[in-house]
Amino acid sequence: MAMTGQEIIDLIRAGIPDADVRIEDLRGDGDHYAAHIVSPSFKGLSRVQQHQLVYAALKGKMGMELHALSIHTAAAK
Amino acid sequence: MENIIFERIKKDIETNDVVLFMKGTAAFPQCGFSAAVVQVLSQLGVPFKDINVLEDAAIRQGIKDFTQWPTIPQLYVKGEFVGGCDIVREMFVAGELQELLKEKGVSFKNAA
Repeated sequence: MAMTGQEIIDLIRAGIPDADVRIEDLRGDGDHYAAHIVSPSFKGLSRVQQHQLVYAALKGKMGMELHALSIHTAAAK
Repeated sequence: MENIIFERIKKDIETNDVVLFMKGTAAFPQCGFSAAVVQVLSQLGVPFKDINVLEDAAIRQGIKDFTQWPTIPQLYVKGEFVGGCDIVREMFVAGELQELLKEKGVSFKNAA
């Protein structure tokens, strides 16, 4: 069962409390989202490490219920 | 079982400068994200080895365990995991992918 944008936001914020999360529903089908995440916790981390923090917050759902989630991270706006 | 797969993965990424674990092949990508990375690499004119994980379930799971990265495609340059589709595209747009290739001594035709 695909996830809603809000569920994704809640999961990411639970895992990265200081994150500012914006979700884009790319195709309106509830299965293709882009997540724009800004968090001071990303400071000093490589892109791969930043994304791995997000994947950890998503607790294994990435690649399972969450098939197509495009992730864009930044340490600060 | 896992270390056999890891050994195979290590061999591939150490014996080829640029390796792309993807769904489908460079000529026939079977997933939009994999196709996007193939397009970036073709635009840069960097030769790479494509490994079709759809043909090998053990590699398809093994590669995710190897890097603790849950999705395909996965790009490697000189044995180092660079990222998936989002990261490769962001690095390409920012010119960081070109920098990385130069730094690692991997030649490519077009600076794009």
